[in-house]
Amino acid sequence: MSGLRRALARVRSFISKPPLDADLEAEIAAHLEMAIEENIQRGLTPLEARRQAFIRFGGVETAKYQQRESRGLMTLDILLQDLRYTLRTLARDRGFTLVAVLILALGIGANIAVFSVVNTLLLRPLPFPSAQQLVWIAPPPTKCGLSCATYSTDAYDEFRMYTHSYQDVTGYFAFSSAGNLKLSLGGAPIPATGIDVIGNFFQVLGVQPAMGRVFRPEDAVNGAAPVVLLTDAWWRRQFNADPAIVGKAFDMNGQQTTVIGVLPKSFDFGAVFSPGSKVDAITPLSLYGPPRDWGNIITLIGRTKPGISLEQAQQDATAAAPHMCWNNKNPTTCGSYARKDAEGGVIPVPLKDYVSGKLHRALVVLWSAVGMILLIACVNLSNLLLARAASRSKEFAMRGALGATRLRIVRQLLTESLVLSLSGAILGLGLAWLLVFWIAHQGAIALPLLSTLRIDGAALAWTLLIAVSAAVLFGLVPGLRMAGGNLHESLKDSGQGSGQSRKHDRIRSILVVSEIALACVLLVGAGLLLRSFLHVLDVDLGFQPERAAAVKVEYDDTASDGNASAQKRSVIFQQVLSRVGAIPGVEGAGISDYLPLGQNRAWGTPFPKGIKPPDKLPAGPLVYVVSPGYLRAMGTGLRGRDFTWDDGPKSENVVMIDKSFASFLAKYAHWPNDDAMGQMLDTGGPGSRVVGIVDNVREESTEGDTGWQIYYPITQARPTGAELVVRTTLPPAVLAGSVLSTLRDLNPKQPVADFRPIKALVDHANSSRQFFMLLVASFATLGLLLAALGIYGVISYSVTQRTQEIGIRMALGATISQVQRGVIVKTLRLAFIGIVAGAVASLLVSKAIAALLFNTAPTDPITFAAMVLLIGTVALLAGYIPARRASRINPMVALRNN
Amino acid sequence: MGESKLDLLQGTLDLMVLQTLAAIGAQHGYGIARRIEQASGDEVLLNQGTIYASLVRLQQRGWIDAEWGTSDNNRKAKFYSITRSGRKQLEKDAAYWQRLSDVMGRVLAMSPEGDLS
Repeated sequence: MSGLRRALARVRSFISKPPLDADLEAEIAAHLEMAIEENIQRGLTPLEARRQAFIRFGGVETAKYQQRESRGLMTLDILLQDLRYTLRTLARDRGFTLVAVLILALGIGANIAVFSVVNTLLLRPLPFPSAQQLVWIAPPPTKCGLSCATYSTDAYDEFRMYTHSYQDVTGYFAFSSAGNLKLSLGGAPIPATGIDVIGNFFQVLGVQPAMGRVFRPEDAVNGAAPVVLLTDAWWRRQFNADPAIVGKAFDMNGQQTTVIGVLPKSFDFGAVFSPGSKVDAITPLSLYGPPRDWGNIITLIGRTKPGISLEQAQQDATAAAPHMCWNNKNPTTCGSYARKDAEGGVIPVPLKDYVSGKLHRALVVLWSAVGMILLIACVNLSNLLLARAASRSKEFAMRGALGATRLRIVRQLLTESLVLSLSGAILGLGLAWLLVFWIAHQGAIALPLLSTLRIDGAALAWTLLIAVSAAVLFGLVPGLRMAGGNLHESLKDSGQGSGQSRKHDRIRSILVVSEIALACVLLVGAGLLLRSFLHVLDVDLGFQPERAAAVKVEYDDTASDGNASAQKRSVIFQQVLSRVGAIPGVEGAGISDYLPLGQNRAWGTPFPKGIKPPDKLPAGPLVYVVSPGYLRAMGTGLRGRDFTWDDGPKSENVVMIDKSFASFLAKYAHWPNDDAMGQMLDTGGPGSRVVGIVDNVREESTEGDTGWQIYYPITQARPTGAELVVRTTLPPAVLAGSVLSTLRDLNPKQPVADFRPIKALVDHANSSRQFFMLLVASFATLGLLLAALGIYGVISYSVTQRTQEIGIRMALGATISQVQRGVIVKTLRLAFIGIVAGAVASLLVSKAIAALLFNTAPTDPITFAAMVLLIGTVALLAGYIPARRASRINPMVALRNN
Repeated sequence: MGESKLDLLQGTLDLMVLQTLAAIGAQHGYGIARRIEQASGDEVLLNQGTIYASLVRLQQRGWIDAEWGTSDNNRKAKFYSITRSGRKQLEKDAAYWQRLSDVMGRVLAMSPEGDLS
């Protein structure tokens, strides 16, 4: 009780210091006067009475100090005192302060920005309520792309029926392509991207609309009035954020579609489920409409019941898998999802892992890289402070002599470090904010959740943490050094060429060596990632992305039956291709329903006719329905013949397959020369003849295995859309206008679709690697700069310290080149030790990032050699400047100046 | 002033101040200091100035009150007086010191042979 009272009283007295001090002053004065009076009464002379009174009282200042100490908050008082003093000294030494704060701002800023990325992608839960309950249900990744990561509508129903640990399960149609919604507001249709979701999608995710309502079960039944939900971004962009949009109807894909709501800004479908792409609208998927027979089309997302562990959810899913049918009208397909080898497994993983799990390692690497930057910055600061401390040693010796304890001096120095580091943190926060803002607006980077990137409370807390740790880290060594030094020595020491400075020199050298070693590690890491990136760019994609572009073509092939529709399609596409092919500058044109590195699907594994497939058949090749000329337009090589317009619905069915699928089939079939050319494959019905063997194409990613591909003629199989690919002699963008107007000419319903360079598809596929590579490379450059600054600082300081010595040596006959050589040799010695230590550390670190490398050995000699060369050169430069200065020392001036 | 005097143990000064105030009523800092010196027979090494740290400590704990007033010889001075909770505290602390000094006395009376009788 009295303790609390006292604490409060202390805070009060800390605040109202001046009146209390005056009070004490008066009290002490009264005390002394009373004592003097009494002494005079005892018969002493006034002078002696006064002397005695003061002796009995003890030190007046000490008494005041003691009283203040027990009265208020001394620690805080001292802190304020130190702070005032620090600000004064830092303001006096402006150049030093500026450099120190800038170095810290760069180091801390990089850390905050990367922390924000890590926090968004790894640490923070997904932007849904109780996000830990959400699971992504899919088989492990296989060769057949999206078709093997999705389920049929039957399987969805059965999964829901046979599992018990899920609150509910939802999903979305995985095969929507960009620009699949055509909004007509009068003029040319405006393309937008819509995703079909199962009616309970938003209920399962826990997303509330910003306006209006989300889907209800009746929106997703056959024949329901068409409705749409707008994303916040599209509502703002296309509809000028119309506050009365709910209830209005627009022509979308030729149907009057009512807007029932607008989704909140926090909901970004692309950011979570398909990084690097934007989704404009969400429409309901009717499970009992045509999609019933489309095979594997929906992804599954479940929300587990509270208290259900992931393991329980997994067991539940495994138990349900045998009941799941690809198509329950065909009982042999039931249980196919349970077979891990073919369509493979029904495995829930936390949605968060699905979204950002793959990035875990890359982010940890990035985080370590900025950690190293901060360390280098700290080492640099330590060095600067040591240099400053050396020149301030007399000041501290003086303070020691006046009674300051060691603790008090260390406190003073730490206060200085803290002030520097916090100012650096504030500036760094600004830099980080800029960087984060920039990253968050890189919509094209295929990284999830980037648009939700921001500096939040956690990032601020992190900033404070690293600022304080940095202050302790870089302030402690100089602090202890200073406070621990022999005071008398310092007072006597004239500061130049004495033992004290030598000791400083050694610590500073050690610091610089560690700085160089850290920079080495960063450079090697960045170098390896850069080499990997270059290798990825060098990969044989199987097509030529330069000077080719794709545009989505609108067509109408509705007809009474499949054959008639194929005929109609054939006529339309022949017309399109001949007209577009006639545009000057167009070298070739062709149509495919899917493009490489984009969406894909599989239709099972066609086997050689007459050969019984093995029980364990790998997942099938990716299917492309293409027109004659498509392969040429893409720049993909072919042996045999391309499709022709004569490969019609009534002629023999033909296919083309890629080399690796052909050689896989050859292992089972007894073909002459193991050549698939001209052989029949079982594609149902009479089968299809292989007329061409196509080069392997990188379909899923630029880095992974090339999968298998099979090509069907657009006149025999039904495409899911049409991407017109044109190969041009001019830059593709130049032709965008004429190609689009030709298309519009042929079909007035053709929307103003994007003319997308094929190169952009490749860039998009490489964007996350490029992003990481760029970040790590810029951090490495920063590290190198800081290290160079460190070397320069130490060498330059040692030259200044030894001005007198150098002067004497020159007076005794040392030549300019000898002096220069001396300084440069010293620099190179430091650099050499640093590089050796750094190379050893790099070997260890590079093993850890081996998984992030592509076709690059962690011990890649070129990278290591380049690193040694680069750091050696930079060190040489950093040492050369002081060396030149040293050689210009005028012996007379140097000797006089002491 | 030549012979060595007793160094004050931590916390003893506070108790002395409380006891002094309890015994003589309201008094100013100088008066308290003089009184303690007299009572201890000038055996305590007391820098009179240290009393002010003790006074502010006791005041903040609510054991004594302070008020500016006028001394016998018409001088303005701050007068301290013990409060009720201060008296309670004094009782507690005095009892504690009594016990401690008893124990110390007994321990120090131990004969060198270790005779425990």
